[in-house]
Amino acid sequence: MSAETWAIARFTVLMASLATMLVLPPAIAVGWVLARKQFPGKTLLETVVSLPLVLPPVATGLLLLWFFGRRSPVGQALDSIGIEVIFTWKAVVLSMMVISFPLVARSVRAGIEQVDRRYEQIAATLGAGSFCILRTITLPLASKGIAAGAVLGFSRALGEFGATIMVAGAIPGRTRTIAVGIYTLVETGREEAAWSLVLVSAVLAFGAIYISNRLVTQGGRA
Amino acid sequence: MINQTPRPGAHRTKLMQRMIAFVTVLAAVSTPVVAQPPGLVVSVAASVYDALEEIAGLYRSTTGVSVAVNAGGSNTLARQIVEGAKAGLFISADETQMDAVEKAGRIVPGTRTRLLTNELAVVVPQSTKDFTLARLLEGRIARLAMGEPGAVPAGVYGRRWLEHEGAWARVESKVVPFPTVRAVLSAVENGRVDAGIVYRTDATTSAVRVIASLSRKDHPYLDIAYPAAVIVGPSEKDARRFLEFLKGPAARAVFDKRGFGRPPVLSEPKPLLGRVEG
Repeated sequence: MSAETWAIARFTVLMASLATMLVLPPAIAVGWVLARKQFPGKTLLETVVSLPLVLPPVATGLLLLWFFGRRSPVGQALDSIGIEVIFTWKAVVLSMMVISFPLVARSVRAGIEQVDRRYEQIAATLGAGSFCILRTITLPLASKGIAAGAVLGFSRALGEFGATIMVAGAIPGRTRTIAVGIYTLVETGREEAAWSLVLVSAVLAFGAIYISNRLVTQGGRA
Repeated sequence: MINQTPRPGAHRTKLMQRMIAFVTVLAAVSTPVVAQPPGLVVSVAASVYDALEEIAGLYRSTTGVSVAVNAGGSNTLARQIVEGAKAGLFISADETQMDAVEKAGRIVPGTRTRLLTNELAVVVPQSTKDFTLARLLEGRIARLAMGEPGAVPAGVYGRRWLEHEGAWARVESKVVPFPTVRAVLSAVENGRVDAGIVYRTDATTSAVRVIASLSRKDHPYLDIAYPAAVIVGPSEKDARRFLEFLKGPAARAVFDKRGFGRPPVLSEPKPLLGRVEG
């Protein structure tokens, strides 16, 4: 396997890990809200959260490109403090986060919904605050669902293509992930090199799905 | 995902039923659209897309034959044709991609023609005030958009120019590669990059500022020409007729208006890889 293939594989795994770590806190928050709270507009929130799952990733990518581009207020604000997002590794992480968010949030939600509410109620009668209950009761009991969500999100991030190529481009050595790399290598007539990336992604996908299945099958109520 | 409380589970089943119904209706409605028979498809380099659309309109109004214009990076189109895509005619932005198609035996012998010529231009977003060519050549730039320098013709030409200027080593790490020259143009238009290398014909129709036009006279090594050829397949005859139209005065006027150049000898087919075949 060539140095280039290795570099692309390492970069992709690093970016996907970073994206998974960064997406977990907001995904847990939203998953918890959806599992435990009733409020007006809940369906709307559920819909918005799932949107990146259904929207074509390139559409999400174009929205992100517009949102973080130099023409938008957000892009200008970031630019003025010296933060460049588009066509940098930050855009790679961002695309991965946005695309994998729904998967993680849904998995977390399912995990939390399986937690028996009586444990939480008992903790409340013993004087525990709601954050304390979340931290010591709900999240530990939902940890299988959260872990499954993290693995699922990580796998989705590994394969992210549509949004990434829009927002981050295919810059060699800077923003080129496995998926984008396979595409550009084929486009530029280097199919041989693309195949070794296909092999790498197959190995990574196998590992991720295997772990995820282990988590799900062992995650039934004990 | 398993749900133990019955209410949300039931809710989801209902939602699923509605979604299936929705998709079924959508599929039923869209079938007639999908089933339309394909006419003549021409695969053209992204940079000639607008001109070809205009000419296809003229062609339809004079002959009643409709032509579908499939635009993209010439390298992408060439690969599609080599893999068997149903194109009647191919217009490439460089000889290399046409060579690939010819080598694969997909060209009708004797139909390969140099149709047009073009020149490169360096463009910046309209709001950019103080950009100079020197700045680009010294590598004092954050992002330069160009066609993928290894394959997309506009990128290959752009790289050749930068190498010729001795600036490639300084600029290479700043390059943001795009799959077509039109994508480069749009990145510049929207201010997503500092500068871009496109064709002069792209720059004239777009909201960008031209910093430099690289004329053929000053840069003879940038021999930018668009070869056209009829592709082997069922629409060969239609494609031949359309190619003749493209060489005719009506199409010529459109190309001239949009700034494309005329190759020195229009009708003589260019031999494969510079060899003169017997």
